[in-house]
Amino acid sequence: MSYLSIRDLTVRLSNGLPLLRKVSLDVEAGEVRALVGESGAGKSMIGKAVLGILPRAARLTGGAILLDDEDLEALPPKERRRRIGAKVALIPQDPLTALNPSRRVGPQVTDRLVDILGWKREEAEARALELLNEVHIQSPERVIKSYPHELSGGMRQRILIASAFAAEPKLIIADEPTTALDVTVQKQILKLIREMQERHQTALLFVTHDLGVVSKISQSLTVLYAGKVIEETSVRSFFAGPKHPYSRALLAATPKYTDPDGSLMPVPENVISAVEQEVAAFDDQLNG
Amino acid sequence: MRDARGQIRRLPGLRLWLSGTWLLLLVLAAVFAPMISPHDPLEQDLFAARLPPFWEQGADPSYLLGTDSLGRDLLSRMLYGARLALTVALIAGTLTCLVGATLGLIAGFYRGWADLVISRLVDIWMAFPPVLFAILLIAVLGTGLTSIIIAIVVIDWTRFSRVVRAEAMSQGAMDYVASAQVAGRSRLGTALTEILPNVLPTIVALLTLEMGIAVIVEAILSFVNLSISTDQPTWGGMIAEGRTSIYQAWWVLVFPLFALFLTVLSFSQLGEGLKEHFDPVLR
Amino acid sequence: MSEMIYQLQDLRVSFADLSRKPLLGAAPRVEVLKGLSFDIPKGEVLGIVGGSGSGKSTLGRALIRLIEPDTGSISFEGTDIAHMSEDKLRPLRRRFQMIFQDPMSSLNPRRRVRGIIAGPLSLQGFDNIPARVDEALDMVGLPREFAARYPHELSGGQRQRVGIARAIALKPDFILADEIVSGLDVSSQAQILNVLETLVRELGLTLAFISHDLSVIRRLCTRILVLYQGEIVENAMTPELFSNPKAPYTRTLLDAIPLPDPDQVWN
Repeated sequence: MSYLSIRDLTVRLSNGLPLLRKVSLDVEAGEVRALVGESGAGKSMIGKAVLGILPRAARLTGGAILLDDEDLEALPPKERRRRIGAKVALIPQDPLTALNPSRRVGPQVTDRLVDILGWKREEAEARALELLNEVHIQSPERVIKSYPHELSGGMRQRILIASAFAAEPKLIIADEPTTALDVTVQKQILKLIREMQERHQTALLFVTHDLGVVSKISQSLTVLYAGKVIEETSVRSFFAGPKHPYSRALLAATPKYTDPDGSLMPVPENVISAVEQEVAAFDDQLNG
Repeated sequence: MRDARGQIRRLPGLRLWLSGTWLLLLVLAAVFAPMISPHDPLEQDLFAARLPPFWEQGADPSYLLGTDSLGRDLLSRMLYGARLALTVALIAGTLTCLVGATLGLIAGFYRGWADLVISRLVDIWMAFPPVLFAILLIAVLGTGLTSIIIAIVVIDWTRFSRVVRAEAMSQGAMDYVASAQVAGRSRLGTALTEILPNVLPTIVALLTLEMGIAVIVEAILSFVNLSISTDQPTWGGMIAEGRTSIYQAWWVLVFPLFALFLTVLSFSQLGEGLKEHFDPVLR
Repeated sequence: MSEMIYQLQDLRVSFADLSRKPLLGAAPRVEVLKGLSFDIPKGEVLGIVGGSGSGKSTLGRALIRLIEPDTGSISFEGTDIAHMSEDKLRPLRRRFQMIFQDPMSSLNPRRRVRGIIAGPLSLQGFDNIPARVDEALDMVGLPREFAARYPHELSGGQRQRVGIARAIALKPDFILADEIVSGLDVSSQAQILNVLETLVRELGLTLAFISHDLSVIRRLCTRILVLYQGEIVENAMTPELFSNPKAPYTRTLLDAIPLPDPDQVWN
C-alpha cells in the first residue's frame, strides 16, 4: 500500500498557466522514489504541494494528495498542518540557509519533538544527542551547543538529516539535499540518508536533477518535463534503457567519466519539440 | 526548457499614473499661481474672516476653499505655498542626492580609506537629531530659501550615501564587475558604466523620497516660523495658523495638511513606480 | 617540448581572516595557495579540480590577475605579471580572458547582449565591432537576433554562451573557465561542452577549465591538475590520471563521483 499517493495533481499560476499537469505518483512505505527533471520541470513544486508550502502565486487547482489513505486537501488547514508535522519531514537543499543562524543547533534538531509531539525539553535534548550520534557526528555534546556558522556545510547537512528523522516521520521529502556539497561530502551524505532511511523504514521522495545520484539512492523514479510525468519506472529498468525518447536523451547527456569517448549528446531539438507537442496536446485535454 | 516563472507579471504602473498626475497638477499650480489664483494671497479682508469652503453654510463662492482668520483666501495661499514647497523639493532633493550618492558610490566601490572616512562621517552625522540640527543651522545661517536648502542637504545627504554605498558594494562583488576588469576597463570607467546604471533605480527612488522629505522639512521649518519671511504663504505656516483655530475653522488646518500629505505620498510612490518601470529585471 | 603560455613559480596567495581579527591590529592571514609551481603548454586544455576550499578559483583568478599573489611569479608568454600594476596590465588583458561561473551575475543585467559583447571590444580598440559581435554569436551557436536581448530574457545555457562569446570575441590566447557548467542542466551542459570543444579545436585556444566534476573534466581536458587545500596533489595527463591515479585524494575524488549506473557500488 503506498504511503503517499498523488492523484492527478494540477497546480497553476494565478494567471492559469499550469506548473504541474495531472501528476500522479506513489511512494510506498519504506521505498525511495526519485523525482527527476531539469530546472523548471516542477519537481520541487510537488514536494511543496505535499507540504502545503506552495509559493503565493501558485494554486492547487485539481487532484488529490493522499497521505496514509487520508485526503490532505479535504482537511481543514490547521488539521492538515498537524498531520504533515507529525508524519512528513523535509531535508532542504541549502544547508547554509536552512538553519537559523542565531540559535544553537541542539534545539533546532528537536523543535518538532517539543512543538508537535509535546516532549519535555530534557527528553528532547537526550534524543538530539542520540540523533547526532546516529548521523555520525563526533562529539555531539559540543556540536549541539554550537551555532550553525561554526560548522561545515557537510556537518550542517548531517544536522538537518538528524532533525528530519527526529520525530520518526513516515515520509521524508528531500529537495536536492546534496547539490550544494562537494562530491566527496555528497557521497557521505547520500550514504547516510540511505542508511537512515533503511534503519527507520521511512518512505523517501528524493528530488534531484542528477541521474548519477538517482542510481545511488533510489529504487524507482519519475521523470518530469514541464510539470508532466514523462516516465515512471524502476531504477534498474531505467538505466537498462529508458522508454521515453526524452528520458533517453537526458541519460545520454549525463557525463560519465568511465566512458570518455562516449560523445555527450545535448537533448536533440526534435526530442524537445516532440515532448513539447506531447505537453501541448495534453494541455488541450487538461483545459478542454 | 520552458519556464513558467517568467510569466508572473507585475501590476501596471497605476501608482505611477496617480502620483504623477497629482505632482503634475501641483507643478502647473505653482508655475501659474499668479494667473490662476482667484485672490491676492496676502490680501486681508477682516470682514470675510473664517469663511467656510463653498459647500458649507454661509460660504462665499468666490473663496472656494474658504478664508483664514485674517480673511485671506485659502486656495490662493495654497497655490503660492506650492511654489516654495516644490522649489525646495526639487533643488534641495537634487543637491542632497548628488552629494550623498557621489560619496556613497565612492565609499562603496573604491572602499579602502575613502570608505573609512566617509563611513565614519556618516556615523557621526547620524548621531545628531535631524530637526534640531536643521533649526540650529537656520539659526546660524539666518532664514531664507538658500538656508532651507543648505539645511536639508547638510542633514540628509547621509540617507543617500548609506544606501548607495551598500548597493554599490553588493554590485561591486558581482562577476560582471570582475569581467569589466578582465576586459581592461579602468576603475572610474567601471564605476560609471557598470555600477552606476545598476544603482540608478535605487537612487531615483531615494531622490523622489527625498523630495517628499524636503517638503516635510520645509513645512516643519515654516511651522516653527524659521523658513522664509513670515508674510509669504507656506503650507507649514498655514498649518501653524490653522492649528490655533481648529475648533472655529477646521478648513484652515485641513486643506494645507491634506495637500502636504498627498504631495509627500505622491513623491514616494512616484519613486517606487519609476524604479519598477525602469528596471529591466523587474519589468 | 612545446612552448609554454604560462609558467608559475612558487605562487602563494593569502587572505585576511576578518572573523578572527583582534580588536586592535591586523587580522591573521590564511594561506589559500601554498606555493604552486606548474606550466601550461600552448594549446593545452588544463583541467583544475578540487573540492571547495581547495583554492582552485583563487588560482584561476590569480592566473588572469584578478587577484595579486603575495609572492611567486606568474609568467605569461615570458612576461612576469604577478605584481604588474593595473595600468600596465590593461593592454595585456585582451590576451587572457575569463568565462565566469554564474552567467547571471557576470552579465550586467542592464545591458543588452550586443552591449555586453561589444563593450570589451571597443575598450580594446577593435574596429568593425558589429561584425565581430555577429561572428562571436555565430561561433557559440546563438542566433544573431539575440544581440537585442537582455540577460534575464535568456535561459541559463544561452547566458553562458553569451559569456563565452564575450571572451572569444577578443581573440584571446588564453581563456579561464571557472565552473562554467556547474549551474546548468545536463542538456545545456552538454551543449556548452560541445561548443567549447569546437572552439578549442578551431581557434587553437589554450584553456584552463576549473571544475569539481571529473566526468566533465575528462570529456574536455588534456591534462589535469588536482588541488587539495591549496596544494597540487597530482598533475598528470588525462588518460594517465584516470587509469592510474597516484594521489590518495584523487582516488577518493574519483570514487565519490556518482555514475549514472546502478551497478556501481559504494563501499
